[in-house]
Amino acid sequence: MQPVIEQMRADIRFQEGLTACMNCGVCTAICPAAGYYDYDPRKICQLVQTGDEDILTELLSGEEIWMCGQCLSCKTRCPRNNTPGYIIQVIRKISQQTGLFVNSRLGRQQLLIKRKIGHSILETGYCVHPKLVNPEEHPEQGPVWNWVYENGESLFPQLGSNYYKPGEGGVRLIDETSLDELRNIFEETGAVKLFEQIEKASASKAKELNLSFSADADNEYMKFIQE
Amino acid sequence: MQTWKDYQKQVPDNHFFYVRSCIRQSFFPGAEVAFLRIMQEYLKKDVFEDKRHTTCTGIGYHSDIIPLETIMTVVARQLALMTEAGYKNLLVSCVTSFGIYLEILDMWHHFPDKLAQTREALWRATRREFEVPQVVVHASDAIYHFRDELFNMAQYSLVNQETGQPLNGVEHVGCHYAKIFPQKGFGGAEFPTVLTGIIESWGGRVVDYPERRHCCGFGFRHYLVQANRGYSVSNSKVKFESMAPYNPDFILTNCPGCNMFLDRWQYTLSEINGVTYDRDGRGIPVLTFEEAAGLVLGFDPWVLGLQMHQVGVESLLDKMGVRYSAKTKYYLGNKNEVKPEKPSVLMV
Ligand code: SF4
Ligand code: SF4
Repeated sequence: MQPVIEQMRADIRFQEGLTACMNCGVCTAICPAAGYYDYDPRKICQLVQTGDEDILTELLSGEEIWMCGQCLSCKTRCPRNNTPGYIIQVIRKISQQTGLFVNSRLGRQQLLIKRKIGHSILETGYCVHPKLVNPEEHPEQGPVWNWVYENGESLFPQLGSNYYKPGEGGVRLIDETSLDELRNIFEETGAVKLFEQIEKASASKAKELNLSFSADADNEYMKFIQE
Repeated sequence: MQTWKDYQKQVPDNHFFYVRSCIRQSFFPGAEVAFLRIMQEYLKKDVFEDKRHTTCTGIGYHSDIIPLETIMTVVARQLALMTEAGYKNLLVSCVTSFGIYLEILDMWHHFPDKLAQTREALWRATRREFEVPQVVVHASDAIYHFRDELFNMAQYSLVNQETGQPLNGVEHVGCHYAKIFPQKGFGGAEFPTVLTGIIESWGGRVVDYPERRHCCGFGFRHYLVQANRGYSVSNSKVKFESMAPYNPDFILTNCPGCNMFLDRWQYTLSEINGVTYDRDGRGIPVLTFEEAAGLVLGFDPWVLGLQMHQVGVESLLDKMGVRYSAKTKYYLGNKNEVKPEKPSVLMV
């Protein structure tokens, strides 16, 4: 396999994201993730700049790379035109391709996202749609959302939304031909492969931990990674 | 010399190809409907939507389950629909999508090979071809651009009808609106005027607050995964605590995600900590720019969908003098009226 630093350099986001970091810490000062987690985009840049295979492999397996919130505030501020948020995108991609993401608690959550958002895109043509935001999993949404969720059938059309019907407008049912085109794009451009890599690495982690694993949510591994 | 403070971006006067937002159509469906009505019926603009367009996959991309090549090709498909319809001006509802389109166009500009690969991938997957757009505008750019024209048709303003004083608005501009490409937003990243211009032109007063530019805390994977949502609520809390001392009458946003979080997290924080960030225990109403435009133009608040907000908007409607029926707020057509349960702290 190619050294990690070479895999990173092959991604145009890395070429755009890291020129030469001078370790000033401005990105860390502005970073909302640094204020919440024990996370430091400046340090990530420093570690990446070493190009050291062992250091990078450790980074790919660790928690920190999953802490960035992708706000891209760092892009505006870096005096050297670096974008730590782009570097993170590249590291996360490689962490998933190499299967190393299952070695961290936050990394293992990728399976949840793949099954929720990834499947939603392929099945409906939307990342998010009202029926996906189940109040049981979203207590923070509050009682008004419960009401919306329960009464969507009446409420949405009243507001001019198509609400899962064929035709024009918001929350319309997206036609099968368009969904097929989306699926072809996913197949053609590596999303299906990435989905398989996430599933495969998660299944072997489940095996290693002696936890049950299945395509549905009803298994020990899915419960484990939700904690 | 032009400074960021007066920086203006180009917005075409007509002929737009509109792409929706997954979040906006799910949480603020009335806002997108109002926006199209305002553009088409009030401003008489040609805004075209192709029903075959899909998500841009931006939420999946920023939570790292969608490869760069995939999102580029999905975006290329949207652009192919635009090309087929004969449009050159892309009008985007979502701020995440807005950032995605700009990023991808910028990458294609810097790496023409990537553009060529995307063309090939799109052709193989869909037999479609596309042109890059001439201009990408966010829907809030359009409202800002036409703000004076709209105000000429207004029935209400952002003025307290009792005191005659301007209402105090705080704004929150979505991070991906201008932090990625400052030159693509009015006022750049330092002095974004897209929302302040709207507030001031419609009679309100903009109140500065220290954490004005702080992220709402979406964090993509951090909100999507229930165990990580503390990240999201904590960042919004930073903002609420910073704006509360200025006693704002409303919050105005241009990103649908930010709008939802700033609304919902006030509820969550009130349940967790027993606090609200206004003086009356009702919370600070949060409006999207389309909702604000709709209110000013005299749309019925319940046709705009403001009953879908967790923080009640009535305090603002009363100050503006907007006529509304408290009784029909939760009207559901022919069904017996069911009302949402009352929160334990936030007054509704
Ligand atoms: S702001 Fe830029 S130069 Fe400074 S530490 Fe961050 S990435 Fe490096
Ligand atoms: S994109 Fe990530 S690293 Fe950059 S400021 Fe936002 S959270 Fe921090």
